Amino acid sequence: MNRSLAVRGGRVLDPGRGLDTIADVLVEGGRIAAVGPDLAAGADSVVEAEGLVVCPGFVDIHCHLRDPGFEHKETIETGTRAAARGGFTTICCMPNTEPPIDSRATVEYVLRTAAAVGLVRVLPIGCVSRGRHGETLAELGDLAEANAVAFSDDGSPVADGALMRRALEYSQALVLPVIDHCEQPSLAKEGVMHEGWVATRLGLAGQPAAAEEAAVARDIALAEFTGSHVHIAHISTRGSVDLVRAAKARGVRVTAEVTPHHLTLTHEAVAFSPGDNEALTYDTNAKVNPPLRTREDVEACLEGLLDGTIDAIATDHAPHAIEDKECEFDQAAFGISNLETALGALLTLVPGGRLDLPTLVAKLTAGPVTALGLDRRPGLDGLGSLAPGAPADVVVFDPQREWVVEPERFASKGRNTPLAGRTLRGQVVATVYGGRVVYTVETAGIGTM
Amino acid sequence: MSTSSRSSAARGTGAAVQERRTVRLPPALPSFWRRRHLLDLDDFSAEEIGLVMETADAMKEVLGRQIARVPTLRGTTIVTLFYENSTRTRTSFELAARVLGADVVSIAASASSVQKGESLVDTVLTLQAVGADMLVMRHRYSGAPYLAARHSHLKVVNAGDGWHAHPTQALLDLYTIRSHLGDLRDRKVVIVGDITHSRVARSNMWGLTAVGARVVVCGPPTLMPVGLGGANGQERGDLAPTGPARVSVCLPPVEVDLNLDRAIEGADVVMALRLQLERQQTGLIPSIREYVRLYQVTTERLARAKPGVLVLHPGPVNEGIEIPPEVAHGTRSLIEEQVTNGVAVRMAVLYLLAGGQT
Amino acid sequence: MPESVILTQEDVRRAIVRIAHEVVENNRGCRDLVFVGMQTRGVPLARRLAAAVADFEHEEVPVGTLDIGLYRDDVPARGVTVEIKPSEIPTNIADKRVVLVDDVLYTGRSIRAALDALIDYGRPERIQLAVLVDRGHRELPIRADYVGKNIPTSPRDEVEVRFQEIDGSEEVVLISREEE
Repeated sequence: MNRSLAVRGGRVLDPGRGLDTIADVLVEGGRIAAVGPDLAAGADSVVEAEGLVVCPGFVDIHCHLRDPGFEHKETIETGTRAAARGGFTTICCMPNTEPPIDSRATVEYVLRTAAAVGLVRVLPIGCVSRGRHGETLAELGDLAEANAVAFSDDGSPVADGALMRRALEYSQALVLPVIDHCEQPSLAKEGVMHEGWVATRLGLAGQPAAAEEAAVARDIALAEFTGSHVHIAHISTRGSVDLVRAAKARGVRVTAEVTPHHLTLTHEAVAFSPGDNEALTYDTNAKVNPPLRTREDVEACLEGLLDGTIDAIATDHAPHAIEDKECEFDQAAFGISNLETALGALLTLVPGGRLDLPTLVAKLTAGPVTALGLDRRPGLDGLGSLAPGAPADVVVFDPQREWVVEPERFASKGRNTPLAGRTLRGQVVATVYGGRVVYTVETAGIGTM
Repeated sequence: MSTSSRSSAARGTGAAVQERRTVRLPPALPSFWRRRHLLDLDDFSAEEIGLVMETADAMKEVLGRQIARVPTLRGTTIVTLFYENSTRTRTSFELAARVLGADVVSIAASASSVQKGESLVDTVLTLQAVGADMLVMRHRYSGAPYLAARHSHLKVVNAGDGWHAHPTQALLDLYTIRSHLGDLRDRKVVIVGDITHSRVARSNMWGLTAVGARVVVCGPPTLMPVGLGGANGQERGDLAPTGPARVSVCLPPVEVDLNLDRAIEGADVVMALRLQLERQQTGLIPSIREYVRLYQVTTERLARAKPGVLVLHPGPVNEGIEIPPEVAHGTRSLIEEQVTNGVAVRMAVLYLLAGGQT
Repeated sequence: MPESVILTQEDVRRAIVRIAHEVVENNRGCRDLVFVGMQTRGVPLARRLAAAVADFEHEEVPVGTLDIGLYRDDVPARGVTVEIKPSEIPTNIADKRVVLVDDVLYTGRSIRAALDALIDYGRPERIQLAVLVDRGHRELPIRADYVGKNIPTSPRDEVEVRFQEIDGSEEVVLISREEE
């Protein structure tokens, strides 16, 4: 397919290459051809982007597609459709499926299914341990050959220190990182939210920040010891950010990601609806692991994002069926469905000046790609940027467009978001993957998102 | 007044003295009572608590009659839905409902019915469909009554949810204390025991501070929840700039003192909490023996409190653990009174909520 | 709104004395007599009646108070909940002659509720009704045995009985509402 497509007249933001200018983007044959003025004439199709922002397709290095095994929560099809609507053209899916992604066969299933749907690029993450049981190593070499891009046991931590050490040693040879969900089980115990005044108020068991920090400290020590690359998943506390900052200063090969909700919501979201009177809500849609933390923690994560301690924003998209959330708080599943709200939620940080747009885009594109070294993979040269030859993944969004979050209209099967009913400003208008338009707001068939 | 008032009240002059309302409406509830549910005491004002107390006075008189029965809630169906066993509280509510003339249905849902797949929301909607008006609910998980209230049209009375709240217990504790001490402003109340797992403690903290009492909570540090006694005017935040941060009370403004000998000094009331052996995870305290040594409300410790100090316990008492037998049966104990007052207070609550405010 | 005094303080006093005499005459003495005043203004009226009887018969007639809030017929059907106070019936009213006392008799619904309440306390030998004002417009078949004054009114009017200890004056006024 040598069809060409031009995105005309938008503000082109390619922070990885220091680009911020009004220009056209021309793609051809599934690759970026050029970025510059007046490239649209002669293109086979044109996407009008005047007044809009144009940047590399977002890359989400942490999400849950639930497929195989939990198709009532999400499938690769619905998940990738949600990704496209959210502006994500590459997503890395976690292996806590059933069966888990601990064998070549399951990796290939995911790749095959995603390719058949053909909406966005899916890069599977393989398990660290066989069956995700946390006891013995999975066949990491086989997984790597099958094109797993990293290893993780997420939803669960790699609790056993010795196993984590071996995983780090082994993966070093494969030049792939280990991603750890940092949570020390004995400290986190039955905590269903952050252990703070809100948990006390609500009468809920909490997990302290120390449960995450103890695990982060251990992983940093092991990474330092083995010289391997460890990536901290969904970092959430001030203490964790400080640990990573200090470790990076020492030259430890540690990277970190943060979720949109950990940058914008606090544990108060569990108890109180915004703008409501004082009625308590026990909002299970705000039940997530790691839990929403305090204002100080949110501030620290934002600082970490700005000073480079945190390399990437990753959604940790965790869709659930209604019955998994419409129940007592203690019984509800952990997770927020947020591929489709990530951009809008993050953009709330921009008007107040807490986050600038180029940094935001960087942390959704070049940042995650570099953190996991994805652009070193065959065929992914330039991923996360608009450099000529890079994959033709482009997202166009309107930073001013207001929309109301209506979960019933999500493409994702997961309606579980604490943002239901809120008005957000900033929405994806078009998503291009491999040179094809895979989503536009008009053709979504539902009017506004 | 003399007859000279007649001239000024002559028709049409407009100079008539009208210091009292000229329209005599049927007496209604004070406008500050706008409640549909009773889920917790955390948002009760002193006036609202006062109204419950006064109404309970009237209910207590009804209970003292030969025929303790009124037709007030005739035609109302009240369902008690208890997911946790409790003879005491459930019977208290059932009696309260019956004295008020309501129809009562009692459901003891066990954990197994949940395992069979019937969700709480399903159960509540079924009850609504068969004609329940009001739901009195006890559940092992915090927040369950809020879920029931959100998903149905029923009026919900929380009879205890997890560690979170037990508002009628706190109201009857307040009623009992008030009947002995009157105005509670500036009185010192010490709550001692496993605060973390105690819904009775939480609701009492809210209720007592609302009426102006000085509350000190005391107990083993491993059973004291995070945040109490700290900065309670913490700012409450919201999703970045979409809403203003409102300063409000996050936790009841109590003091924390881990040493009972010190905390009990000058106390007007001591409330001993049941050491919840079944809820406690192993290892939170080293031993019962040590708990008794440090936190039992003994006669010696009570001597440091005000003379005539009141001793309360929500029951059932682990005699010899929270309080020694001589204190439990002694004249200072109000434990049995609390049980009696429970019916009157619950009658008051059911009556005040039945009014149909939406 | 214009108000006119129907009964002055003296009128009220005389009416009370007359009713007291009628009650004693009708019951052939004070034996087994109990006055029960209905909250709120039936209570001072009941007390004044008992005081008047004590004056000329030199006998103490017990006085009780009755709050009918729990017996209203509009809870919960019409969702009306009212503040309630404790009732206080000082003696066992079984086999007694109860004189129920209220300030104004109007629709009769309060009296019906009071009858239900009284019977829950016990079975009196008889129940009679004494009111200071009967303003007509009955909605139930209820009548008073003793009436201070009959005052014809329209439904838009208000009749207010005032007692010193509650209202600061002693009189009965009629408040007419004008046509809108």
